[in-house]
This record gives sequence, structure tokens and C-alpha cells, in this order.
Amino acid sequence: MARLEIVPLLDVVREVHHTLTYRFLAGLEAGPGQFLMVWIPGHDELPMALSYLGEVKGITVHTYGDATKALSEFRPGDLVGVRGPYGNTFRIEGKRVLCVAGGTGMASIIAAIEAFHKAGSEVVTVLGAKSADELIFEERAKKCGDVHISTDDGSRGFHGFTPVLAKELIDGGKFDMVATCGPERMMKAVIDLALARGIPSQASLERYMKCGIGICDACAFDDYLVCADGPVFTGEQLVKSHDFGSVRRDASGRRVPV
Amino acid sequence: MSDLSVDIAGIRLRNPTMLASGFLDETGRSMLRVYQAGAGAVVTKSIGPQPRTGYPNPTIVELDVGMLNAIGLPNPGIEEFRDEVKVALDGGAVVIGSVFGKDADEYAIVAKRLASYGAVGIELNLSCPHAKGLGTEIAQSTEAVREFTAAVKGKVTVPVFPKLSPNVSNIAAFAQAAEDGGADAIVAINTLKAMAISPELKMPILSYRYGGLSGPAIRPIGVRCVYEIFEAVDVPIVGVGGITTGRDALEYVMAGARAIQIGTALATRGLSAFVDVTSELLAFLEERRVRSITDLVGAAHG
Repeated sequence: MARLEIVPLLDVVREVHHTLTYRFLAGLEAGPGQFLMVWIPGHDELPMALSYLGEVKGITVHTYGDATKALSEFRPGDLVGVRGPYGNTFRIEGKRVLCVAGGTGMASIIAAIEAFHKAGSEVVTVLGAKSADELIFEERAKKCGDVHISTDDGSRGFHGFTPVLAKELIDGGKFDMVATCGPERMMKAVIDLALARGIPSQASLERYMKCGIGICDACAFDDYLVCADGPVFTGEQLVKSHDFGSVRRDASGRRVPV
Repeated sequence: MSDLSVDIAGIRLRNPTMLASGFLDETGRSMLRVYQAGAGAVVTKSIGPQPRTGYPNPTIVELDVGMLNAIGLPNPGIEEFRDEVKVALDGGAVVIGSVFGKDADEYAIVAKRLASYGAVGIELNLSCPHAKGLGTEIAQSTEAVREFTAAVKGKVTVPVFPKLSPNVSNIAAFAQAAEDGGADAIVAINTLKAMAISPELKMPILSYRYGGLSGPAIRPIGVRCVYEIFEAVDVPIVGVGGITTGRDALEYVMAGARAIQIGTALATRGLSAFVDVTSELLAFLEERRVRSITDLVGAAHG
């Protein structure tokens, strides 16, 4: 079993208003899409995808609740607990790859964008957010290929929802892989587009988790566990899903809308 | 070919392995998946009268010797759990319902509902070491164990299996109390009350501070408890605690267990733990030309 490691933060970088990157050294090797259980002592332990996979590891977190708010007050030298990595990785396959990121979903997929580029794939990224001041890792993505921006409010780039821009690109380009991470309804729209055109696809899902190691059943998703069978699922898996884009489970295991 | 099927208080199991309560058993699809992966039966997450979210994370600590948990009995509540049981039963799973509550009445009410959903047996979680006012105190009183068992027996017709705590000085007395209350079988053991502290942070890791230790570290304790219970009662015993291999299961069987449960091994062997353990059991039996696993129950007693 993976051991909990207590690590000091090396730096805390504000990416945009409510989204910060926390970086640290940890004795673990992880692939693109894998996550850690991150303990914010005294507050909570949460699953977080790695946004930096090199010698210095990093997580990029949207401040949205009590625990992440507490984390946002952490400074270099402050201690967090990490265990993992857990879950599978994005499959780094395809000659021409479209990566569609929505909001903080970019934090999970940026490592895959870089891995596709490193593997020799031609990468096109759609980076979407509610507004221009919520776009993260644009420069990192640009180093890997073309980047198309969409914002719901039109403050930058394409004015409208991310999947609408993704559709234009899919229709216009010969992609042989689509990868996505972001709000689940957005991902469902993107996966449906890829499925309709017979393009292999994959999406990284997020669910409430307790154990992270495939035993507690908190992150049950259809016949799968997001922590152990995912978090990355293929279009072929998702097309058969009843839960994708519609149902998640709360902390008590009750089915609730996504 | 040696026979691995067993009968526990009238419940016929294709093999002696069961899924231990608390693992992959909060949803119908997961329970079915475990059954299809080879478990003889699945025991549900402990279900109470109302939905319950459990404790904040961290709720588990991974250790070299096993695992600590203080999940805090999360469950969707008996009303919503009906749909989950149905999914598992419709797929053909053998489901045993685990229950907890704040008093004997609550245990009996939840047990009755679970039985009405189609659970073929009821396991009483009388021993969760990390839920305030729920089970912990019951586990420390032989009279309460007898009373709670009798209360549930009075409400259901399916077999009732109290699950006992090892956090007592004389577990055999608790097994006798359960038998006096009408228990059809005894499940032993639940986790051991334990703690892990982060030296760097100078604090317990679990949010609840205390947790239950499971996994290989507790197997010798579980085997000892089953051995003592076997000498004290006539009802069958289901052994649980740190079973990862067929040899581990045989220790429990020879101490007196008629069936065994697997939980923490899912973290190390995955869902194949059930097939692995049953095939290892079968190989042991066939090599020694043992006709049936039941021939070995209690074999270590003189």
C-alpha cells in the first residue's frame, strides 16, 4: 500500500483569482491524469490530479470549499500529506489529438497535453472557462500546439460554450483522439461529438472519494470505481454509462444529480 | 474434485468466501461485481435507519501491515438502500444485510426491512470501534449483545449473525451471549481499535483520531478469537480478519470457521482476491484428497 508522505510546500502560485498551484517534492512517480489524496491537516483529505509530474510535483486547486479555502492560506514550508499516485492515466495515443479543457479541468489534462506533445502527437487544445480571468495554463498548452480559447461570457476568444467550439474544430480537422476534462456535462457533450464521428476519446471524471484505493465504494460510477478503474474512462465505456453526465453519489452514497 | 460449498445456518454458499462489510458494498452494482468476481456471498455496508455521511477525511490510513479506517458508517439509509439491494439480487448475488443502530429497536427495524428486500441473512454490526454511541458500547456488554441479538431474532425469519468485537478481554463470553440471544452464527472479528500519528504534524491522521485496524496484522488475533469461540458455542462461525490467501483462510477454518470474509485484501489483491483464495483453498484440499472444506472446520482442535 502507498504510504502517506508529509511534505513541505515549495511554492504557492496564484494562477488566476481563485485557483492556486501548490508544489512540493515527493517520492512518487505518476503519469498524466493520475491523482493524489491530499491531506490538508485539520481540514480534509481530497483527491487532486497532478498538474506537474516532474521532479517537482504540483496540484492546481480551485478554492471552492472550507478545506480548499484553508489550503489557500498555506505558505511555502507549510506541511501537507500526500499519498498515491492512484488511478489510471490518459492513454497517450494518436497522431492528431484534440484536448478539451473546461475551467479547472485544465489542471488535470495539462500533464496529458504535454505528454501527447512529447510523444510526437500534434496537439490542439480548446481551453474554455466562464470568463477570461479563469483561464489557466494557456502558455504551457501553447508550447505543445495550437490553443483555442472559449469563454461563456465572450470576454476572450470564442463567445459561447466550450463544446460548440470543440465541434467546429472536430468537424474541421482530422483528429484521431479526443481527450477532455472539465464540468461533466461539458465532457458528455465532447464525448458524444467524438462518438458520433467514430473518434477514440477519453474523459477524466471527478467524484467524491474517501479511500482512493478501490475499497470503500464512495466513488461508485456505474460498474466502475472512479478511483481504481478511472479517473480516465474511454468513450466506449462512457457511451454505455447511465451515470455519466447525470448521476453522482453524495457522502452517504445516495444518488444525486451531477 | 474437492467440494468448497458450505452451509451456514441454512444459507448455501458456492464457496466459503464472503465480502466483509464495509468494502465495495454501498452500491448494488459494486456488490454484484464482487459476487461475479467469485465471492460466495456479499455482506452489505452497515445500514442504519437514516442516511449518514460518515466522518470527514482522512478516513483511512494505509500501513505496511494493513489499514486503519474510521469511515464513520456512511450509508444511504434503509429506505434508499432498497434499490441497491435489488440491483445486486436481480443480478443473482447472495446478499447478507449488515445493520447498525442506536438501540435494539433500530437494529430490529432495519434488519426487518433488509430481510424484506431479499437479504438471505442479517449481520449485526455490534462492534464498530469508531462510531460514537453506535455499537461501541454494545460490544462491551454481554447483556447488550444478547439483548440486541434477541430483539432482531424476534423480528426476522432469516438467520442472524452478530459480528463481535475483539476489543474485549474474553470474546468467548460474548459469543455465548450471542448464542443465548438466538444467534444462528457468529462473525468474528471486527477491527481492533487503533491509532496512527503523524510525527511531522504531531497529530493523529484520522479525522476521528481513532480507527479500526484491519489486514494481515490482525490475522493471528482473529484466528485466536475464532479458536476460543469454537470451544464455547455450537453455532457456526464466520472468520474474518486479515485473510489474503488460501492458507490464511485455512487457519481460520481449522480454528473453527465454516466460512470466511475478505475485505482489506481487496486493496492488495483487487477483486481477484476471491478467485485467488478459493483456488488456493481448492489446491490445498485436492493435494491432500480432502473431500470437503467442511471436513477441516475446527481441525486444529485436539
